[in-house]
Amino acid sequence: MQTTLTVNGTRHQLDLDPRVTLLDALRDHLCLTGSKKGCDHGQCGACTVIADGRRINACLTLAVMHDGAELVTVEGLADGESLSPLQQAFLDHDGMQCGYCTPGQLCSATAMLEEVRAGRASHVTGELEGEMRLTREEITERMSGNLCRCACYSGIVAAIEEAATK
Amino acid sequence: MTLDYQIDGPENDDLAKPSQDGVIGADMERRDGRSKVTGAARYAAEHLPEGLLHGFLKRAPGLGAVRIENAEEVRAMPGVKLVLRDARMIRNAAQGTAGEAPVQGVETADYVGQPVALVVAESFETAWHAANRLKVSCNGASLPVLPENGEADDDMQEESVTGEPEAAFAEAEVLVDETYTTPALTSAAMEPHAAVAEWDGDHITLHASLQMLRYNRDELADSLGIASDKVRLRAPFVGGGFGSKLGISAECVAAALAARELGKPVRVVQHRRQVFEVNTRRTETRQRIRLAAGQDGKLTGIGHEARLSNLPGEAFAEPVLQGSYFTYAAPHRLLRSELVRLNRPAAGSVRAPGEAVGVTAFEVAMDELAQKTGLDPVELRLRNLPETDPVSDTPFSSHRLADCLTRGRDSFGWQDRPTQPRQHREGEWWIGTGMAAAVRVNMVMDAEAQVRLTPEGRAVVETDMTDIGTGSYSILGQIAAEGLGLAVQDVDVTLGDTDLPPGSGSGGSVGAASTGTAVWLACEEIRRHIAGLMGCDASDLTLVDGFAICGNSRRSLVELLAGEAVSGRGKLEPGEALEKVRQATWGAVFSEVAVNDITGEVRVRRMHGTFAVGRVLNQRTARSQAQGGMAWGLGLALTENMTHDRRDGHIVNRDLAEYHVPVHADVPHLDVQLLEDADPWAGPLAAKGIGELGICGSGSAILNAIHHACGVRVRDLPATPDRLLAGLT
Repeated sequence: MQTTLTVNGTRHQLDLDPRVTLLDALRDHLCLTGSKKGCDHGQCGACTVIADGRRINACLTLAVMHDGAELVTVEGLADGESLSPLQQAFLDHDGMQCGYCTPGQLCSATAMLEEVRAGRASHVTGELEGEMRLTREEITERMSGNLCRCACYSGIVAAIEEAATK
Repeated sequence: MTLDYQIDGPENDDLAKPSQDGVIGADMERRDGRSKVTGAARYAAEHLPEGLLHGFLKRAPGLGAVRIENAEEVRAMPGVKLVLRDARMIRNAAQGTAGEAPVQGVETADYVGQPVALVVAESFETAWHAANRLKVSCNGASLPVLPENGEADDDMQEESVTGEPEAAFAEAEVLVDETYTTPALTSAAMEPHAAVAEWDGDHITLHASLQMLRYNRDELADSLGIASDKVRLRAPFVGGGFGSKLGISAECVAAALAARELGKPVRVVQHRRQVFEVNTRRTETRQRIRLAAGQDGKLTGIGHEARLSNLPGEAFAEPVLQGSYFTYAAPHRLLRSELVRLNRPAAGSVRAPGEAVGVTAFEVAMDELAQKTGLDPVELRLRNLPETDPVSDTPFSSHRLADCLTRGRDSFGWQDRPTQPRQHREGEWWIGTGMAAAVRVNMVMDAEAQVRLTPEGRAVVETDMTDIGTGSYSILGQIAAEGLGLAVQDVDVTLGDTDLPPGSGSGGSVGAASTGTAVWLACEEIRRHIAGLMGCDASDLTLVDGFAICGNSRRSLVELLAGEAVSGRGKLEPGEALEKVRQATWGAVFSEVAVNDITGEVRVRRMHGTFAVGRVLNQRTARSQAQGGMAWGLGLALTENMTHDRRDGHIVNRDLAEYHVPVHADVPHLDVQLLEDADPWAGPLAAKGIGELGICGSGSAILNAIHHACGVRVRDLPATPDRLLAGLT
């Protein structure tokens, strides 16, 4: 099927088997291998990308369902050589070891901070009125769909806390 | 030029020593970090050669002889290229450092989930679909799958008796005699096992996700029936291993065979559910622990008896008693383990084989003894520390457990802790604290590395060593930078390629000290060459900021080299240190938990670990390793439980929604303190391993805190709400 995807600002015209997931389209057809396949059924978050502003598991959705979508992957987070505040904070706090979950953590955290700025509540949000506070509890609740088996959670949370202030 | 070195003793005066305030040990950014945060780092499955075909492994649905009814029909599906069944295909992953093929042949299934065929197609979607269409049946052989039904293997027993332990237990003033069970556990690295095979004539290059390439190369060659020098493995980035990638697994051999037959590159990636089945798991354990002591808490007898399992034909037994030989003093000791043969997926090394579950159970027993004697748990441990190895009487290379216990106690804030459980409640929650000692044996393994100093004054480190998230790129670069007096950015590090000298590989916490020392030796070789150019002894030479200094002479390396490159090669072998001293790494872990009185839910509120691991090579990456181990302890204590079906042994919860690894919300900030340390028996770097220590006891710090909080003693892991509710009244 003919599908158009705009990834990190670049428009791609693809002719895809309708069974191809968005993740496999990115990795195997566009050679954007930054998005990772950890479980291929929506349980680990390594494939998280930002589709039209929302974070999604790219393994759980078919590429042809995103015809015309604007996608951001880990390859699109930096501005040229200049890393995003989150990317830099991940380096400063060593929010990674093997690095395999890192692209998903970064995409997820990037969109998560926007969700908080937009005032969207989570399971642990107590007070719904006024400006939403980004507590440690909010961060860990909202990031729990992104597994890290190396367990760099301390570094990742510290990185998110720091980047959120920038 | 190769500098060979064995660690035979604490003296190595002919080698340069790292300075105390140099780049070794500095808190530095992960060298490969930038490639990881930008998505540029390429893992095994991300090598995409022209004409790549896609393979999908088919699993056995039962046990016994395997029958495939419709292989021809599936082969004829559009886009399908091959249905491979080959006697050289392997049944399960090779054990760590095997260096030879694991059990081969897939005509029978020795465990449910064993690969029995590979389907190759033009696209991944077609391969997966075709594999699903393949009709596989097994003859349903009735094989033992329950530990209570398995037969003990006489060749796999371990027994060590010191003194008269039974008499000590019988006469003890205070006796703890309890049985603990730990479930089967799995590594669950984030990157599924993957291989891309490409042949060039009779040479194969395999991009794979593996931990120990020098052994993996021989394993693949032996499996394929070719010479090792025809095999090149590449693994510059590995998405975690934790033991599951120590040996080659089914995808490596299947991809190689298919690529050979089809004359095209073939990629095989294990599906996450296959990752749970095909690669080695940690055995379930049953551990009876007996502690005989006086009223003063001094141990008179230690008993640790364990029952383990493995698949027939697998020569691995979880060394669950390992820490019980030397952690505590006692004149009488009984250590015994037996292994039963079960047709469950093969057992092998998972992070800290032995201590991860052995020390965890033992440290809960110690907490039970503290409770029975009324002693503070830290004080109880301090009273029982040995002067020398209690079984062999050999000296310790370095003993820092007392320091870890006391410094950890002070850092955590342990002093005002009530002795009795159930003393502190906040609403529905019982609050308590617990602690445990952490110990892990330390060793080095054969390792080689090459360092080249270019005429421009840059250094290149080359070895087949892997970086599985451990920080190898970072620390090897720091070691070479310090060894040659260069800035870290003037050093390049190339890893994960068997065309390079064989490093130790990553496993058993040996990588940093073993391969790191080989890099240091390679630099020493270059230092000696430069000293020759300077006309002085190497011991009088200082290399700093790209300059060589001898006495009053100071010359830049670029000028000295005069257009010539210099290379040095280092080779480390384990020496007599192994027999002369008992060497280990030490730690103490403390935690505070909240237990919900109504739901039985446990939340870990705080966790602190103090560790002594020899010289730390990079503060930042070392801390991450320690935190990772502690979080694994949390998983072991609270969430992880691989469940086998009682009828056929298959893994019931073979995905990440059912097998619960700790997630963000489970893990509090993990506070880590690394003590300044240097083990003189660890070679010129005085560094030891850190990758596994964090898990060796931290689970019991949580289990002991649960008891302190609510009075429920959980002896069957993990401490899930159902098990706590049974004890909460």
